[in-house]
Amino acid sequence: MKKSVFLGVVAATTMVAGAAAAQATLEAVKARGELICGSNTGLTGFGAPDASGNWTGFDVDLCRAVAAAVLGDATKVKFVPTTGETRFTALQSGEVDLLVRNSTWTLSRDTELALDFVAVNYYDGQGFMVKKDLGVSSAKELDGATVCIQTGTTTELNLADFFKQNNISYQPVTVADDSEAQRQYLAGACDAYTTDASGLAASRATMPDAENHVILPEIISKEPLGPVVRHGDSNWGDIVRWTYFALLIAEEKGVTKANVNEVAASTTDEEVKRLLGLSGDMGAKIGLPNEAFKNAIAAVGNYGEIFAANIGEGTTINLARGLNALWTQGGLQYAPPFR
Amino acid sequence: MALASDVPKESFRLSMLIYDTRYRSITIQIFVLVLFGLFLAWLLNNTAQNLATRGKEFNFGFLWQRAGYDIGQQLIPYTNDSNHFRALLVGLINTLVVAIIGCVLATVIGVFVGVMRLSKNWLVGRLMTVYVEMFRNVPLLLWILLSYVILSETTPQPRDFRLTDEMAAAGEAPAASMILFDTVAVTNRGTNVPSPLFDRSLGTLDLGGMSISLTLLAYIAVIAGSVWVNRRILAAARAQQEATGDRPVTWWKSLAVLFVPVIALSAALGLHLEIPELRGFNFQGGILVAHSFTALVIALALYTAAFIAEIVRAGILAISRGQSEAAFALGLRPGRTMNLIILPQALRVIIPPLISQYLNLTKNTSLGIAVSYLDLRGTLGGITLNQTGRELECMLLMMLIYLTISLIISAVMNLYNKSVQIKAR
Repeated sequence: MKKSVFLGVVAATTMVAGAAAAQATLEAVKARGELICGSNTGLTGFGAPDASGNWTGFDVDLCRAVAAAVLGDATKVKFVPTTGETRFTALQSGEVDLLVRNSTWTLSRDTELALDFVAVNYYDGQGFMVKKDLGVSSAKELDGATVCIQTGTTTELNLADFFKQNNISYQPVTVADDSEAQRQYLAGACDAYTTDASGLAASRATMPDAENHVILPEIISKEPLGPVVRHGDSNWGDIVRWTYFALLIAEEKGVTKANVNEVAASTTDEEVKRLLGLSGDMGAKIGLPNEAFKNAIAAVGNYGEIFAANIGEGTTINLARGLNALWTQGGLQYAPPFR
Repeated sequence: MALASDVPKESFRLSMLIYDTRYRSITIQIFVLVLFGLFLAWLLNNTAQNLATRGKEFNFGFLWQRAGYDIGQQLIPYTNDSNHFRALLVGLINTLVVAIIGCVLATVIGVFVGVMRLSKNWLVGRLMTVYVEMFRNVPLLLWILLSYVILSETTPQPRDFRLTDEMAAAGEAPAASMILFDTVAVTNRGTNVPSPLFDRSLGTLDLGGMSISLTLLAYIAVIAGSVWVNRRILAAARAQQEATGDRPVTWWKSLAVLFVPVIALSAALGLHLEIPELRGFNFQGGILVAHSFTALVIALALYTAAFIAEIVRAGILAISRGQSEAAFALGLRPGRTMNLIILPQALRVIIPPLISQYLNLTKNTSLGIAVSYLDLRGTLGGITLNQTGRELECMLLMMLIYLTISLIISAVMNLYNKSVQIKAR
């Protein structure tokens, strides 16, 4: 009898484990009533908790938009800080539902790591920051320099490639996250700090003597940063992708956080009507309420607003739209038709 | 005549497996074994199933892909074009170097402190107690971080060594200067020490991908030869002493045998030192010993030495006082009593717990990740794992390697232990 009870327990646990793996992310999020979002451990402007523990930033707002679309409440997000090393494991193991942590879209991450990059919310490239009094004006002058580099990143590989291509040498100092890199860089343990140019701008903004540091002109790689979901749950991927596109279309159509209700009441534009859930049942097509995207826009604003509020010109990070302008203004941000 | 064999022979019944004490323990053991087997099978099955649902397969092919990243400290040739397996080897060697230097240092410091702690001198004894209690009772990670921060924040930047034209004109000296006759530079990144260079190097021997320096082999051969000859000289001296009671003077012969051949070889190969020199951002030439390495070795050695000191003290206290009293009665001085009478006997008590301290130190090298020291954990379990996304394979491989290293250390130390145990004759 003992044995049969045991076998029963074994069978039951195996089934529970199997069932948990198969459960779709959307249902899990709805049942939990909370979205768990993988975030940076602290990168000002992109994802960092403020003094009172509220997360703010460009990536954080995308998480909030998804929460608003899925749960109707942008505050129902739990942010899990992840380092460059732990982020993909956290997503794969189901610890987080969605990873928005300035992660670069690459072929091997998309395939080998069994992840899906669903969009590019920031087009970036890798740059170098050095102290002004070092007198360096180009990354090619960095021969023999000691370079701080975050481990587990694509920048680590680009760095090796860049120095090899230019036939110059360097000494790597491998650090775990942005704050450690900053500490080492400021202490002079490395001559240059390299990461995505946006990350450099964000780091510099938090330094006490920001004016003494210069970001070198070379951008040595393409770093398309975007939200990531687990491979195999296409519906959840669609939800994140189209929530993001909704924010882009909102900017294109001039729908803002402030005027979204007004526009909903008065618009005659068919695409805006579909976007705001007034026609077309667009939300229902991916398992969300029809006003999902309206909620997202009402909660965090459109893409341009998110950019301006967190990292745009006038903030401490002070990044120009550049490649991240809408396609109508010469940038790369382009959403497929909302129909 | 009644025979004892008249006891009725009981036939075996199934219930005896539980109610008969002769069989019960076997039944329970088999039952537990089956449970354990089922648990293992469940674990394996669960892992395989979860890997399958994520579309991941289990294989080690990634080890032969290009690594693509650079490693700061490399004792065998490695570039970012090498494969992940090569990176693993670089990391493994970095781990072993820290472990070996750490074990030697820890033993030296530990034995010294352990003996000193028993000193009759009140101050020396108390100081050693303070040292042992401080290091034993603070987490190792904090010691590693502390030594790293001290090394990197109190030392000058490389450019502080530079003498600019304006400074030369004003007659000022640079903010920092090299030490030890201008041969060693300590910067906030590491210690630049001179490296040996040879004008007439013997080249390298290529053995299936592993290149071995013939110069190094020559040195090893010459030193081994010198040591062997020296032992013969000493043995001859001992033989003469036993035969005649007169010990011939050997010190100058030993000195000559030990040093002249090495010096001659160095001269023949044209040995000179390459002194590090500030060029560009950093010191170039010589060997850079990064602070991450130094900090890790210092912290590991000091921390483990505190435990070894306690083991040594316990070992010494385990030898009865009669032994040292007898030695004193024979007229031996305290130092010789310790070296000749006490320590050899104490070794028997000391070695078994010492083995586990060596194992601890070796495993603790993986904390080097805290100061960006790229050991096995940093290369295979860090960057390789991350860039390839092969968590399970990397972790299993890493565990297997640490297990192998530990078992080898255990085996070697157990052999040594056997050799110092009391031989029952």
